[in-house]
Amino acid sequence: MDLQYSEADEVFRGDLRTWLADELPALPPQPARDDWTARRAWDTDWQRRLFDAGYAGLSWPEEYGGRDLPPSQQLIFLEETTRARAPYVGVNFVGLLHAGPTIVAEGTDEQKREHLPKILRGDEVWCQGFSEPGSGSDLASLRTRAVRDGDHYVVTGQKIWCSFGQIGDFGELLVRTDPDVKKHAGISWLMLPMDLPGIEVRPLRTVLGSSEFAELFLDEVRVPVSCRVGEENDGWRVTNVTLSFERGTAFVSELVDAMRLVEDLAPLVKDPAHRRELGHCAAELDAQWALTKRNVTQSSRGTPGRGAFMMKLAYSETRQRLGELSLRVLERDGLVVDGKGEFVEERLRTLALTIAAGTSQIQRNIVGERVLGLPKEPK
Amino acid sequence: MNFDLSDDQVALRDGIRSLLEGKIPMSRVREGFDRSMFDELTNAGVFSLRVDGFGWADAAIVYEELGRALVPGPLVWSFGRDGITGGLDLTVGGTRYVEHLDSLDALLVLDHTSISTADPSSLAGSPADWPLDPLTPVTEAASLPALTAVGDADALGALRAQGALLTAAYLVGMADALTDLSVAYAKDREQFGRPIGSFQAVKHLCADMVVRTEVARASMYAAACVLDDPSTGDLSRALSGAKLLANEAAITNGKSATQVHGGMGFTWEVDVHLYLKRAWVLDTHFGSIDTHADTVAATL
Ligand SMILES: Cc1cc2nc3c(=O)[nH]c(=O)nc-3n(C[C@H](O)[C@H](O)[C@H](O)COP(=O)(O)OP(=O)(O)OC[C@H]3O[C@@H](n4cnc5c(N)ncnc54)[C@H](O)[C@@H]3O)c2cc1C
Repeated sequence: MDLQYSEADEVFRGDLRTWLADELPALPPQPARDDWTARRAWDTDWQRRLFDAGYAGLSWPEEYGGRDLPPSQQLIFLEETTRARAPYVGVNFVGLLHAGPTIVAEGTDEQKREHLPKILRGDEVWCQGFSEPGSGSDLASLRTRAVRDGDHYVVTGQKIWCSFGQIGDFGELLVRTDPDVKKHAGISWLMLPMDLPGIEVRPLRTVLGSSEFAELFLDEVRVPVSCRVGEENDGWRVTNVTLSFERGTAFVSELVDAMRLVEDLAPLVKDPAHRRELGHCAAELDAQWALTKRNVTQSSRGTPGRGAFMMKLAYSETRQRLGELSLRVLERDGLVVDGKGEFVEERLRTLALTIAAGTSQIQRNIVGERVLGLPKEPK
Repeated sequence: MNFDLSDDQVALRDGIRSLLEGKIPMSRVREGFDRSMFDELTNAGVFSLRVDGFGWADAAIVYEELGRALVPGPLVWSFGRDGITGGLDLTVGGTRYVEHLDSLDALLVLDHTSISTADPSSLAGSPADWPLDPLTPVTEAASLPALTAVGDADALGALRAQGALLTAAYLVGMADALTDLSVAYAKDREQFGRPIGSFQAVKHLCADMVVRTEVARASMYAAACVLDDPSTGDLSRALSGAKLLANEAAITNGKSATQVHGGMGFTWEVDVHLYLKRAWVLDTHFGSIDTHADTVAATL
């Protein structure tokens, strides 16, 4: 058991540092928060730079534009880019961290050839249409219908909380293809071209005042059957493979970002009780970083441990704790969202961490039942 | 980077675990620490791991098992020493209680800058009638005996580092045992016609226990690796984080385990209180949750 990075890892780190030092000062200024066209252009431009320099798709297969590098280098990439304050994945989030990995794991060769290189180059932006007004935590109860008509599915229904819905080229879409079987057994996973007729996107305003996500209305949208990933009615399993592919690293950038926030907050913290609380938060984040390294080691040995189930639960709570602390530290400086640093905005943003991608209650159910083997709740 | 137990370390862990299950089961733990227990641990090589060529990570793995089994005694102070060794840390507030005084062959006394030894037999006094932890007898050291300086500030730093690591490891083992006790009870005990572990209010307590334990364990292993190879991290920050989180995990899991056990959790018979009381005792050893949080903050 050790924490040593290999020589090759350190070479990778050194090269990346040099590249970041050259590249970052040349970036254009960030666009306004609600100018989605400009945001898309800016985020995908960064992705293109990463791709051209060989830093895109570090864990993806080489034949589809990835680098097939060991997970340790993925961690180094996250460490270094966050430390250097490089841009975050932004609008590329769903493509790089969710849809792409799903296609890597379950797509046909043709689907892989078509989409993966474009996602890596920043040419294709994805959004996610899983949740519905009536199906959030109980996602498998979803009702958006897809009826087979020759080479097409005719899709009708409503999706909600669709992040980046207003600028996505493709959506990951979960639909019900068989209404007559148990709820998990009748779901399929489709790639939805967002420019098809019958799709309406209505932005929703978040607590930040911006429109990070949208409602999606689908009215007899004709989606080619060739857009299905995995078998018909096997969509629930397809949805769940992503986690194992990501080796539990999907949320790591959030974690590294939080460590940066701790460093930014530190000089403002004078009260001894606040400093103690800051020490506490830093210790937790260090520990979660160590747990990530453990998860990565275990999955690269082919024996994923229980830790991967726990990361999201742990870091989202710590991040909110840190957010609380920053408001106490700021006192009345905190009455303006963009007044002093990014702390207030972060406090608001992190309210979503215990809700999105499975609420903390649902995560606790999963840990309790799948990790500890406690009995399920009666239905 | 290979941040998980190697095959040898798994064998080491399994070996000490089965040894403890066989020789020091809870029935014997409840009788308290004694010399024969110490001799058995000595023969098993527990205290001589470092001189026998093992690393700090290996020692941490062994101490985690000692904590899981709640083996009593001054086990951390005795690490790497001859004979049963106790410790008195003068930098900690409150009454100067010496633990396990009647069993001690040697006593280390720590202040802010150095290590001294004292002859434990020169300390008069009788053990308190009602110690917080029934398995940790304490005797008030009203006046200090003659001290012999044996270590400078560097030696003190090294001793505090090893003490923080091994105590953290022991506490992680305790937090793990408390989770296991609670999960087993939650599967077994039925109310309203079903196991209480099917109720979310109970299930979520258990889920938080295991998450807390895994996070603390990762932190503790990281500290052990940094102690083995200081080039891989900030040692003081790593050790403080580990001790802080391990102590917090053991205390919080102790409280949650009490809750999961209902009325049984408040009985002498169920083991939970023995763990919780030890976790409180260990918060006064090698830095408390609060002082370690301050240490981490000072690195920022
Ligand atoms: C910022 C943000 C971005 C998002 N982006 C997307 C996206 O791009 N695509 C997408 O498809 N979805 C997205 N979501 C949706 C997200 O996945 C859901 O909000 C989440 O799964 C919860 O569903 P819900 O909102 O319907 O809440 P509900 O399921 O109605 O939950 C309400 C409350 O009840 C609790 N609860 C529900 N069931 C149980 C249970 N069995 N046991 C205990 N407690 C329970 C929940 O924990 C929660 O506290 C996003 C959400 C947010 C906040």
